[in-house]
Amino acid sequence: MAKGVRPRVKVPKSADAGEVIVIKTLISHKMESGQRKDSDGNTIPRSIINRFTCEFNGQSVVEVKMEPAISTNPYFEFEAQVPEAGEFKFTWYDDDGDVYEDVKAVSVG
Amino acid sequence: MKFNAMTAVAAVMLAVPGVASAGPDDDKLIINGETEIVTKAPLPAHMEDLNMDMIMSGWHFRSDETQVLEMDDFDNPGMVFVEIAQEQWDTVEGSEGKSCASCHEGPESMTGVRAVYPKWNEDAGEVRTLAMQINACREENMGAEPYEYTGGQMANMEALIALQSRGMPVNVAIDGPAKETWEKGKEIYYTRYGQLELSCANCHEDNYGNMIRADHLSQGQVNGFPTYRLKNTKLNTVHGRFKGCVRDTRAETFTPGGEEFVALELYVASRGNGLSVEGPSVRN
Repeated sequence: MAKGVRPRVKVPKSADAGEVIVIKTLISHKMESGQRKDSDGNTIPRSIINRFTCEFNGQSVVEVKMEPAISTNPYFEFEAQVPEAGEFKFTWYDDDGDVYEDVKAVSVG
Repeated sequence: MKFNAMTAVAAVMLAVPGVASAGPDDDKLIINGETEIVTKAPLPAHMEDLNMDMIMSGWHFRSDETQVLEMDDFDNPGMVFVEIAQEQWDTVEGSEGKSCASCHEGPESMTGVRAVYPKWNEDAGEVRTLAMQINACREENMGAEPYEYTGGQMANMEALIALQSRGMPVNVAIDGPAKETWEKGKEIYYTRYGQLELSCANCHEDNYGNMIRADHLSQGQVNGFPTYRLKNTKLNTVHGRFKGCVRDTRAETFTPGGEEFVALELYVASRGNGLSVEGPSVRN
């Protein structure tokens, strides 16, 4: 597992039905591109988050495929409509197979 | 005659875009919608005979896009390092089996500390910066290795401690036993260094608000340190910044943590007396 990885999400705790809310996500990750060399000239192996998804009650909200040019600590901000009370589920997929998850509940009314 | 009139018109046309884009702005900095930051303040007493209107945080000299990053802690990339510092705070290190938390409990106990450093330490008989105090605590009380003076762990810890005082006015003492160090720092501030023969004052007192090539000169205040810089995606310490600045004058720089930079930090901090502690701030 890559070191120091921690997902963070900011979602309003409540919303009106049908309201469009702003969601902010950030995961601390070194996002090693695989292009760099260490002091001995050996290539530092690629290690990035390659996929990020957000689901609301099982329905896909956003899905992102990431490539090595994305910088450290990838940050995504997007809007989502909240039709009903439920849970946002955020998932990050690491190159090394690790999966990081966070869940935030939103109440309506 | 006609030629002169035309050059005058041309000069005005050329000058106008420059004037429009330079100069600090009048935006207000409120963090998380609750913490009001004083980013403009009257000149401290020791600066009253200078040709300046007021002291200003470097925040005013940055673009709107950079400014907004500091207005919400979730958006502030420096906060990632504050979280890491919280782990450092709780980690037991050294021969005494202690962590910061063993003596100081939570980091809230550091409220107000950032605002008064660098500060005279009576026992040590010297002016100490916050970084020196952190390392003294590690060596003397924890029996641990000191952090590298401008290293990542030090910057993280400074950010955690600065955050506790965010919004409080900078108020470093420049009289009494600290006066000698302060005078020395003042002398360094006004001394021209390097092949370019630039003093701190040439840019940050005489020309703040102007562009130095593509860069917008600020007053060089240190109230926002440690600072997350977009150019190197990490927290930067005061002495790391001093070093970069002196290097840019094409001079041999002083040593971070050395007596010259400690004196300079005290003097520069005193030029910000009255501004809010802002760290960890975001700059470009």
